[in-house]
Amino acid sequence: MTASRPVQPRPGDPAITPALIAEHGITDEEYRRLVEMLGRAPTFTELGVVSALWSEHCSYKHSRPLLRTLPTNAAYVLQGPGENAGVIAIGDGLAVAFKIESHNHPSAVEPYQGAATGVGGILRDVFTMGARPIAMLNSLRFGSLDSARVRYLFGGVVKGIGDYGNCVGVPTVAGEVVFDPAYEGNPLVNAMCVGLLRESELMRAVAQGVGNPIIAVGARTGRDGIHGASFASEDLSEANEAKRPRVQVGDPFTEKLLLEASLELIHSGHIVAIQDMGAAGLTSSSAEMAARGDVGVTIDVEKVPVREPNMTPYEILLSESQERMLVVAIKGHEDAVRAILEKWDLTASVIGEVIAEPVYRVTEGDRVVAEFPGTRLVTDCPTYTPPAAEHPDIVALRARDVSAIAERPEERDPAWTLLQLLSSPTLANKAWVYRQYDSSVRTNTVVGPGGDAAVLRVRGTDRAIAVKTDGNGRYTYLDPRAGARIAVAEAARNVACAGGRPMAVTNNLNFGNPRKPDVYFQLREAVAGMAEACAALGTPVTGGNVSLYNETPRGAIYPTPVIGMVGVVDRLAHVTRSAFAHAGDAIVLLGEPTASIGASEYLQRVHGTVAGAPPACDLAAERALIDALLDAIGAGDVRSAHDCADGGLAVALAECAIMDRDHPLGARVDLSPWRGLPLRGLLFGEAQGRVLLSTPHAERVLAAAGRHGVPARAIGTVTGGPSLEVAGTARPFTVPLDRLADAYFESIPRIMARTASAASDSPATTAV
Amino acid sequence: MTRFRVSLHVTPRRGLLDPQGKAVTDALHTLGFAAVRDVHVGRHIVVELDAADRPAAEREARRMCAKLLANPVTEDFEIAAVEGGAA
Amino acid sequence: MKFGIVTFPGSNCDYDAYRAVVEVLGEEAEFLWHKEHDLRDADVVILPGGFSYGDYLRPGAIARFSPIMTEVVAHARRGGPVLGICNGFQIACEAGLLPGALLRNAGLKFVCEPVRLRVENAATMFTSRYRAGQELTIPIAHGDGRYTADDQTLARLEGEGRVLFRYVGGGPGADEWWSPNGSMRAIAGIVSDEGNVLGMMPHPERAVNELLGSADGIGVFESVLSRVNA
Repeated sequence: MTASRPVQPRPGDPAITPALIAEHGITDEEYRRLVEMLGRAPTFTELGVVSALWSEHCSYKHSRPLLRTLPTNAAYVLQGPGENAGVIAIGDGLAVAFKIESHNHPSAVEPYQGAATGVGGILRDVFTMGARPIAMLNSLRFGSLDSARVRYLFGGVVKGIGDYGNCVGVPTVAGEVVFDPAYEGNPLVNAMCVGLLRESELMRAVAQGVGNPIIAVGARTGRDGIHGASFASEDLSEANEAKRPRVQVGDPFTEKLLLEASLELIHSGHIVAIQDMGAAGLTSSSAEMAARGDVGVTIDVEKVPVREPNMTPYEILLSESQERMLVVAIKGHEDAVRAILEKWDLTASVIGEVIAEPVYRVTEGDRVVAEFPGTRLVTDCPTYTPPAAEHPDIVALRARDVSAIAERPEERDPAWTLLQLLSSPTLANKAWVYRQYDSSVRTNTVVGPGGDAAVLRVRGTDRAIAVKTDGNGRYTYLDPRAGARIAVAEAARNVACAGGRPMAVTNNLNFGNPRKPDVYFQLREAVAGMAEACAALGTPVTGGNVSLYNETPRGAIYPTPVIGMVGVVDRLAHVTRSAFAHAGDAIVLLGEPTASIGASEYLQRVHGTVAGAPPACDLAAERALIDALLDAIGAGDVRSAHDCADGGLAVALAECAIMDRDHPLGARVDLSPWRGLPLRGLLFGEAQGRVLLSTPHAERVLAAAGRHGVPARAIGTVTGGPSLEVAGTARPFTVPLDRLADAYFESIPRIMARTASAASDSPATTAV
Repeated sequence: MTRFRVSLHVTPRRGLLDPQGKAVTDALHTLGFAAVRDVHVGRHIVVELDAADRPAAEREARRMCAKLLANPVTEDFEIAAVEGGAA
Repeated sequence: MKFGIVTFPGSNCDYDAYRAVVEVLGEEAEFLWHKEHDLRDADVVILPGGFSYGDYLRPGAIARFSPIMTEVVAHARRGGPVLGICNGFQIACEAGLLPGALLRNAGLKFVCEPVRLRVENAATMFTSRYRAGQELTIPIAHGDGRYTADDQTLARLEGEGRVLFRYVGGGPGADEWWSPNGSMRAIAGIVSDEGNVLGMMPHPERAVNELLGSADGIGVFESVLSRVNA
């Protein structure tokens, strides 16, 4: 099987012309590099393989040099970037595997399948590490809900996420949904999976052991999704509507079988490596596993089970058919592997083996159709550091004096403004979304969707895991470095509000075309900001995903770094919720309001303005805040804690009062200490480093804050009454809780009811 | 034996609440198809099978519907077409 | 006493049912593989929630033909307790162990949330630990939970006290479809004419620990335990 034979083009293969090379998205320089590596011209099959592996999606060629600057180390990091998922130890021999990934482009074309297969892919990335998936999160961005097309995309994505995760039986516990015209036509669908494993069962996708068989497992290979990876590396344009055949179709039922079978395989000791055949399918999974193990592999495409007749090696290698895995088994254990898969009604076919010869070889029967020296297919991929320059328009927007924007007449009643913000689809309650997600299956969900971070207990221990996704594209648009810092800080703050110590980060960088200097500037600065924040908060980056070319004919999306944060709650007793819990408790604000309204939701919602500088983010202060909060929670002094950020103090207060919809508790606060601040900055400014908490022991909480140098003040009381009263300002106001609740809870359902009859929200007519 | 292609329609039983049919009706009305009176959304199933003759193919398809393909409590079925074999 | 929990391909609440029995009830439980013909001496069989066979065709339609179902049906005919939860309820209906059918939710969407239920009859082997009229909080999580049956069946179920759980919250004048899934007469759970097969859409196995929001579901398991041990 290892005898060297010359590579032969297949009869019928198209000739390698400059046009064909360009069609494959390969630049002249990259082609020269390829010819130099091979010492000859590539075959059509080889061209396809390279085009997939050197696509942005697989190779990270525009981001890799930047990503190398991220902090990735901590004593508890068992697996950093470069594997299917990151892994951290959480004590007692247990570990958590987690990763976030985007499916933006497929979702723009076919929202239901695009989102569903995104969930499927990230699940496979986690369970191939040997982890049992215990939670899904997501981070979604859509255009304005005023558009029927956006409502269709929104409904389809939510249904796709729900149907897939629900069927597989992994709870979807947290996420964020933001609506902004900047994402019109290019929604962002980022899905995160969290899994639990024993440290001793950690599996890596590293091919090893000469003679070990390579086995294809799961669904058969069809023509779907060919060149999906390169698809994800192009601008979205109207022409893409015609590219629908590229979109893959998910089968969560097979995924569930694969999940159970894979975990059984990993625990059986019969295999040495396993990887999802995800983007660029068989090609990338086999080449990446070989590169990690620094071994040679040979694969015979004639042995790959196919769904359609007459598939070429090119198609088999690049197919992105879903629910397939590639396994390296221990030689002689093939039957044992097959038996496990058969139990789960899955097929296994030996399609190749690990070889001593340093070569990546693909055959079709006896014919060698592709052959690359060593692991250079993966390691020789070019990287780029294109020119970067901030767009002058952004500089001007940031510098704009937004405090000069005149108030609208209605704003004389701050309650009006508050209701406007609470009913903004971005801030409003997302029950319309998460009610469609099974959030309680597997019975670990202590705190589900709707609050700050979600909390999952870890069975057999007194601990829990707190998880959250966060990002703010508007901040990042106006100031990329600040926006990314805030995304990390806010995710950490959310985890801390739930009682968790922030531990580690996975990230999803959603940006436009990096070859545009202003976009590359955003990417570079955002990565720098993320690196600063992760270093300062002690939360290393263990992996992530980069999605570039998020553009529409109207231009690039907001640059949107999304942070997936994982934290550990030391004791179940420390799990803390967001909503006020007890009448008579004192309300304490940790951190300080400021005059700033730059980049705020208030400016966008009330004034239709995206401008000004995002709030300052003092990372040392953020860290102190988290320490102070966790101290107070650990002492048992905190009854509720809520991040005070998007929408500002007034929105945070209202949320605390009404978030537990069945048990709303009114409150009265006195903000006279800040009477000197402009009222809208005080009420609706989004100063960072703040947490709103309720406590029966205000003095003890204030003392804890003092020990950490965190400004803190008791600002009022949970009255338990029917209204929210805000006094001590130039315009005191009182607003009934039921009006707040109506704005907050009914806003999205009312908008979606407009298209309730959109049976078209899914083209599928069969049952769930 | 001859190869036949039997097309089956499975629809919600008349009179039962059909929320999907109603939703589609509303959507069509919204789109200006005012003349739409009612919509029923069901399943279209194509079974390819070998049978001695056309009646035998139909008979087998009916048995499949009764046993698995339709729920007798809530669904009706009809054989829409049988293709293949001699006419 | 031993609970047998059937694992179909696509079951995903089998584990939760197992944990509820073993950790909360302190009883023995074993998973029963769908391809087998052996209940392994289980006293009580649980058909758990999930998406058996991906809910393809109709929820439960394919699972009811699994080999193990022959034994489950025989166990039920002998009077053995069978507890069908969510997808298990759907399977039990498809298998003819319970009357009626579960159709797509009236709202056409999957719904996951804690719901209020009323115990309509506490004199059954599945509800003896409750009081009639007692209200419980138990989560639902399904896309096809709209209980549907013909008038005659409904009349019999009501007349024989076989509606065990009903969704609460419709209020006076609410139309028939107000409940979370639009079930006829807001029916959430019913029992077979012999009283030994329970089907319910809400998940009692997810409501066995206050930490996770409610422990109101324990009563179902404790009731059947006290009956079998008696």
